Order: sequence, then C-alpha cells, then structure tokens
Amino acid sequence: MAEKKEIIPKKHPMPAQEPVERIRNFNEVALGYDEETAVAEAKRCLQCKKEPCRQGCPVEVDIPAFIKLVAERDFAGAIKKIKEKNALPAVCGRVCPQENQCEKYCTLGKKHEPVGIGRLERFCADWELARGVLPQEVAPPTGFKVAVVGSGPAGLTCAADLAKLGHKVTVFEALHVAGGVLMYGIPEFRLPKRVVQAEIENLKKLGVEIVTNAVVGKFATVDELMEEEGFDAVFIGTGAGLPYFMNIPGENSCGVYSANEFLTRTNLMKAYLFPEWDTPIKVGRKVAVIGGGNVAMDAARTALRLGAEESWIVYRRSEKELPARHEEVEHAKEEGIKFAFLTNPVRILADENGWVKGMECLRYELGEPDESGRRRPVPIPGSEFVMDVDTVVVAIGQAPNPLVPRTTRGLELGRKGNIVADPQTGATSKPGVFAGGDVVTGAATVILAMGAGRIAARSIHDYLLHKRA
Amino acid sequence: MFKILEKQVFSPIIKQMVIEAPRVARKCQPGQFVILRIHEEGERIPLTIADFDREKGTITIVFQEVGKTTKQLGTLEAGDYIKDFVGPLGTPSHIENFGTVICVGGGVGIAPVFPIARALKEAGNHVISIIGARTRDLLFWEDRMREVSSELFVTTDDGSYVRKGFVTDVLKEIIDARGKDNINLVLAIGPQPMMRACCNVTKDYGIKTIVSLNALMVDGTGMCGCCRVTVGGQTRFVCVDGPEFDGHQVDFAELARRSATFRAEEQRALERHTCQCGCGGGK
Ligand SMILES: Cc1cc2nc3c(=O)[nH]c(=O)nc-3n(C[C@H](O)[C@H](O)[C@H](O)COP(=O)(O)OP(=O)(O)OC[C@H]3O[C@@H](n4cnc5c(N)ncnc54)[C@H](O)[C@@H]3O)c2cc1C
Ligand SMILES: Cc1cc2nc3c(=O)[nH]c(=O)nc-3n(C[C@H](O)[C@H](O)[C@H](O)COP(=O)(O)OP(=O)(O)OC[C@H]3O[C@@H](n4cnc5c(N)ncnc54)[C@H](O)[C@@H]3O)c2cc1C
Ligand code: SF4
Ligand code: FES
Repeated sequence: MAEKKEIIPKKHPMPAQEPVERIRNFNEVALGYDEETAVAEAKRCLQCKKEPCRQGCPVEVDIPAFIKLVAERDFAGAIKKIKEKNALPAVCGRVCPQENQCEKYCTLGKKHEPVGIGRLERFCADWELARGVLPQEVAPPTGFKVAVVGSGPAGLTCAADLAKLGHKVTVFEALHVAGGVLMYGIPEFRLPKRVVQAEIENLKKLGVEIVTNAVVGKFATVDELMEEEGFDAVFIGTGAGLPYFMNIPGENSCGVYSANEFLTRTNLMKAYLFPEWDTPIKVGRKVAVIGGGNVAMDAARTALRLGAEESWIVYRRSEKELPARHEEVEHAKEEGIKFAFLTNPVRILADENGWVKGMECLRYELGEPDESGRRRPVPIPGSEFVMDVDTVVVAIGQAPNPLVPRTTRGLELGRKGNIVADPQTGATSKPGVFAGGDVVTGAATVILAMGAGRIAARSIHDYLLHKRA
Repeated sequence: MFKILEKQVFSPIIKQMVIEAPRVARKCQPGQFVILRIHEEGERIPLTIADFDREKGTITIVFQEVGKTTKQLGTLEAGDYIKDFVGPLGTPSHIENFGTVICVGGGVGIAPVFPIARALKEAGNHVISIIGARTRDLLFWEDRMREVSSELFVTTDDGSYVRKGFVTDVLKEIIDARGKDNINLVLAIGPQPMMRACCNVTKDYGIKTIVSLNALMVDGTGMCGCCRVTVGGQTRFVCVDGPEFDGHQVDFAELARRSATFRAEEQRALERHTCQCGCGGGK
C-alpha cells in the first residue's frame, strides 16, 4: 500500500434524477460524476500492488493505473489507459455488473464500500466523448476482407480492432440500426442511444462499412459471403435474440409481450413518442414482469414510464438470488417497482376479447441447492392465487437466434443452439469462421461480448496472415 | 435508402411499386416477404414479395391502404426513396409437383399468390386460380394471373365484374365439379376471414390447405415474438416458421384477436396522419 491516508468509507454518491421526476421521462437516471467528484473518488483508491480489482475485470483493464491518472487530473491519459483493454468504456461504465466484477474484489470493499470503478470509467469515457474522440491510427490496407455478422458489442469490437489492423471490414446488421441489444434492449434511461451511436460513428471513421437491413442466412448465408462475395473470414456475433416463453395457458393473449418485443417497441421504435413516432405500444394499469434479471428490471421500469400505475417483478426465487445488477434493483425500488418473490405464474387469464385480465400464480419456497448452487424454488401445493394485472411481460431469458447457425454448413452447435467456439481464439469448427458474444455463451454481459470480439479479431488477424504465408 | 422505380395505381386504395433492392432480389423465393420503414419515425410493416427481377435487382410490392403507414406509402411516387427495406424474410413456399393445385387470392392477396402460382405451374402442376375482390375496382393482375395459371376464375362479392360470389363459392363449385380426390392442394391468401372461410370449405373435403398469415410483426427475424400464432396447438412465429402454415391447424380466432391488439392506437395514428399530410387519406 502507498502512503497512509484517511479512508472515506463510502463511494461518492452518483448524482441522479429524482425518482418522482424520472418515472415520467426516459432521460438517463444516473447523471455522472463531475470532475471534482471524480478526482475525489479516484483519491479513495489505495493503489494496491496486487491489483485485485483488475483480476475481477473480464478484460483486465489496468484499473489502478487509470484511477491514478484520474486522481492526477490526466483524464486524457486515463481514458487512453482504459481503451487499451476496453473498446466501449462509455457503455461498460454504465451497464457492467461491477459488484460482481472489479468492485467485488476491491480491497476497500472488504470493510467499506469499494471504489466506484464503474463510475470513474464512465466519467473518463464521457469526458472524451464531450471533447470528440481523437481519430485512431489505422494500419495500411492488408487487402483482406472480413464480414462481421451482427453489430452488438461483440461485432462492434471485433470490427474496430480488425479495421485498425488494416483489414476491410463490412458489418451486416439485421435491424435498421447498428448496436444490437445496446440499441433495442437496454433502455434510453440507462444507456442513452447517443452514447452508442458515438461508438458507431467512431467505427465508421475507421473505414468500417455498416450494412443495416441485412439478415445473414436470408439475403446470403455465411458460406455465400465467403464463396460469392469474397470475404476471407467471417465473425459471427448475432447474440441471443430468441425470446423464451413460459408455455403456460393464456400466453398468447393480447397484452402479453416478450421483454424483447416490449423493449424493442419502446427503445428501437420509440413507442414512448407515439404518435409522433408511428409504432404503438399498449401498457395497462397493472403490469407484471416475469423474471429477475436486468431485462426484467428494464421492462418493469419501462412500464412505469409508459404510464402503468403498478409495475411488478414476479420472480420465482428470493431477493437474494436476483441476477440483475445491484444498481438496477436499487433504482427499481426507488421508483416504486413492486416485487413478488417466490412466485411464479401458472396461467394467464383473458377476458372475452382475449385481453389479459389476471394471472394465476403459485407461491414457492426454497429447497435444496440445484446445479447452479442456488436453492431450487419448489411450488407450495394449494398456494394458487390470482394477481390482478392487465399486462404481462415475459423476461425469462433468451436463446441464440437459429438463423445463422442453421444456415451455415459445418458449424458445430451446442445443446442450446449456441455456436461452439474456442474461448481462447473464437475459432469455430468451420475454417475462417469465428464467433463470440451471446451467440456462443448464451445471454451474458456486454463486457464478455466485447472481450470475445476482441479475442476473435486477434485470431482472425493471425488466420489471415497465415493464409497469405 | 431504397429507390421507388415505378408506381402504378390500381385503385384509390391498391397500389403497386417496384423497388430497387438488389440484395433482396438476388435470393428471394415465392412466399417470402419484406419489412419496410418509410422514414426515421416510421413503423416497420411487412409486405409480401409479389414479384422480383434478379437481373434488374428489383422487388415488386402491392399494397392496400388500410392505415397510417400504407396510406403514407401510397403518397410516395417513382423517384422517391424508402428508408429501410429488409428481406427476403420468412420461409419460402414449398414447391413441388403436387398434381392439381387450386390457388385462391382474395383482394390484395392476389399479389402474394402470383409468384407461388407461377412456381407451382413451372413445377408441372395443373394450377387452377381463383381471384376475387369486393368489387371490380379492387381487382388487379387478372392478366398476370391468367398467364401463370392453367385455368383462371374471377369473381366479385357485389357482382360488378364477371360474376357475383365469394371466392369460397367458386372454390366449392370447382371441388364439387372436379371431385375432391382430383384436387391435391389448396393455397389461400387474403384477408383473415377469407382464409378461414376457405379452410372451412376444404376441411369438409379433407383437402390440405396452405394459408399465408399476416400477423402483426416488429423485427421479422424471430427476435420479438409479436407474430406468434397457435398452429396445431403449438406456438409458432409467423415471421420465421411461416408465413405459410397448414390452414386446418391454425387458430384463426386467436390470430384475429392478436391482430386487433393496437386497433385504438392505429386509429389514432391514422386520424393524425389524415389531417396533417394532405394526402386525402381516409377517403
Ligand atoms: C434488456 C437487456 C438488458 C441488459 N442489461 C445488461 C446490463 O446491464 N449489463 C450487461 O453487461 N449486459 C446486459 N445485457 C446483456 C448484454 O446486452 C448482452 O450480453 C450483449 O449485448 C451481447 O452482445 P452480442 O454482441 O453478443 O449480441 P447482441 O447485442 O445481441 O447483438 C447481436 C446483433 O446481431 C444482430 N443479428 C442477429 N441475427 C442476425 C443475422 N442473421 N444477420 C445479421 N445480424 C443479425 C442482431 O440484430 C443484433 O443487433 C442486457 C440484455 C438485455 C436484452
Ligand atoms: C407476412 C405479411 C405479408 C403481408 N403482405 C401484404 C401485402 O402484400 N400487401 C398488403 O397490402 N398488406 C400485406 N400485409 C399486411 C400489412 O403488413 C398491413 O396492412 C400493414 O402493416 C398495415 O399498416 P398500416 O400502418 O397502414 O395500418 P395499421 O394502422 O397498422 O392497421 C390498420 C388496419 O389494418 C389492420 N392490420 C394491421 N396490420 C395488419 C396485418 N399485418 N395484417 C392484416 N391486417 C392488419 C389493423 O387491424 C387495422 O384494422 C402483410 C402482412 C404480413 C404479416
Ligand atoms: S482493489 Fe480497489 S483500492 Fe485496490 S487498486 Fe483496485 S480499485 Fe484501487
Ligand atoms: S416479428 Fe418479431 S419474432 Fe416475428
């Protein structure tokens, strides 16, 4: 440890919109540190020699080093340091589950609150965005063409890294805008779309071509991209976009949405601006969101902002097992989201027009630990009751979309339809085809997808150089 | 941006456009559809690929103005651009030599039937086509349908052209005249009630009937589940598993209910549009 200093036990609070205010708008909730607060927070860091925080970071950002630069007010140096490892700090600073990663291992966190690493990361990235990101260096053209399928964090990162290495990169995106879940899933109030679009602009400056409205597997298969369109390698980062439903009676009633539909209508299609924007959404008075992850929290908080009087999280385990980011759960509570723990629906009831009018649920208790180590929820017989709701959002998870896996010859697939890829290289069973992100791991996190994109870019580069030799 | 190369007005509410979209035209097959969005604030709406020209890189769409987006589309002219145009989406029609196939196109459903009838004929089928509309003005492509069919029957609900009667009346007459064992497949595309009625007719005869479902959609790639329908007791996504399904297995009542989910909002959007853009929408 460096010199002895007085310890400030708590993180500097994050300025945020007041709950009563923010549940009526879609603006960002957390407002970000100003310079003084950032420097003060950075000074809490003990600069531990062993860098425990860094080991908790999936891409091993040199956390103590960047924090030191913030403390010294060298913000340009700090963001440069972060970007050595993390291509999307403005995004990660906002949405990473820091409490399970870097901040979980922070020495300060043993007795007090950890350093606000995520908040500092966001501060540095926003500082840079406000000043305009400096053009990055691009190696001389190699003559190789690479196709990147999907423009989520995995695809964007892979494309940027390959472009910097001098390859000609084309990104194919199925939707009409690039960004993946960052654009269609995570709400504006948590991740402003201008932040994502700034990253995409940077990508274009590197010479990457982005083709939207291009569904690979439909307008061309991966094989055709290689054989007919002359791509030397392909990276698949198509995410986990296929929504699970519960397969319970009444699930196709009007007023039942998958979280993907609910969030896509709102975020991508801007249904909250209807009728200025054309896409509608309908939320009733009482909304139940099934699930306990980030997706569920996002849907429940979105429902409130769309005008619901009550918005419930219905989760079959207990509060302790909620997989959502801690900050999201806290924000949700502040906003008045209600929680029904140890509860799971068995049937959705509809009125004569097919509209949801209630949801029959069972209460659960926690039994023996299951494979995941968490205690298994077991239904309590005879505990049926009806929740008075008129809108249901199903947020129980997503699987990889089978479109690309099924139309690509010679691609080894896993049990859940995921693409099998070497975690060290991103290589799949098909030569020249690499994959990473949620399509490989199943629904995971932005930082893991970004990291996988980066690893794959490295091995695609090696593969291409080897091909030439 | 996707350029509108040609526009043809069949009636005040039914219009045809040829769109420059080489990526879609290169691989599309009968039975597939596109999703388009006219402008930045626009909704994504699905439309069937009514025809395509691989060499010219063009797609033909035919649409009926029923709400805000289709009416606004109708105001665009050749030379204008559409912001987004994605496809080909959906599973292509299953084409083989079945023997004798009856292709039924109701209203704007005539357009999607056309490329399928053509492919069925090319595959060696005897194609009997029935096209119908509410009234003479709403009928189109009689000549094109005649070209790709072995026999063509035309009907109008009000009798303003050729004969009076629903397509289902003609369908029943043909099956009775030829004998149910001589009809190997029926394909019916049009408004939901028409497809449902066709299925009710063929069910009694035990003739397999394919319908093309027009569920509400958002992404069209299997990502949102908005387009789900119950077919044979199982939930399927129209945009990827369909749009064609065995009509005798489809829960049409559920489909109709789900299609009406946003009726009030659609009405609001239309009213707003009608009073602002001066296109005379709603007429
Ligand atoms: C609502 C929600 C909230 C979340 N919150 C958090 C959070 O707070 N923190 C966190 O770390 N993670 C969060 N996640 C998870 C995180 O967003 C994902 O793990 C991450 O985005 C995965 O990145 P990806 O690049 O693998 O795929 P995606 O971001 O899913 O991007 C895949 C892209 O590929 C496109 N695509 C798919 N098929 C095709 C095709 N055939 N052709 C062309 N393009 C195609 C898709 O349209 C999409 O744009 C959240 C996810 C959701 C849905
Ligand atoms: C796979 C597929 C292929 C289609 N092909 C064609 C086509 O080739 N030509 C064509 O004219 N239309 C086609 N449709 C229907 C077309 O997508 C809708 O008419 C359009 O979305 C309506 O948009 P709007 O904003 O103009 O009207 P809205 O305001 O959205 O709706 C106005 C009225 O139309 C009804 N409606 C809305 N969406 C649909 C729908 N998907 N199907 C039936 N009724 C609907 C509403 O219930 C309402 O009564 C197709 C639909 C699907 C799913
Ligand atoms: S563990 Fe915490 S205190 Fe130690 S270097 Fe990392 S951020 Fe600073
Ligand atoms: S339209 Fe979204 S899954 Fe079919």
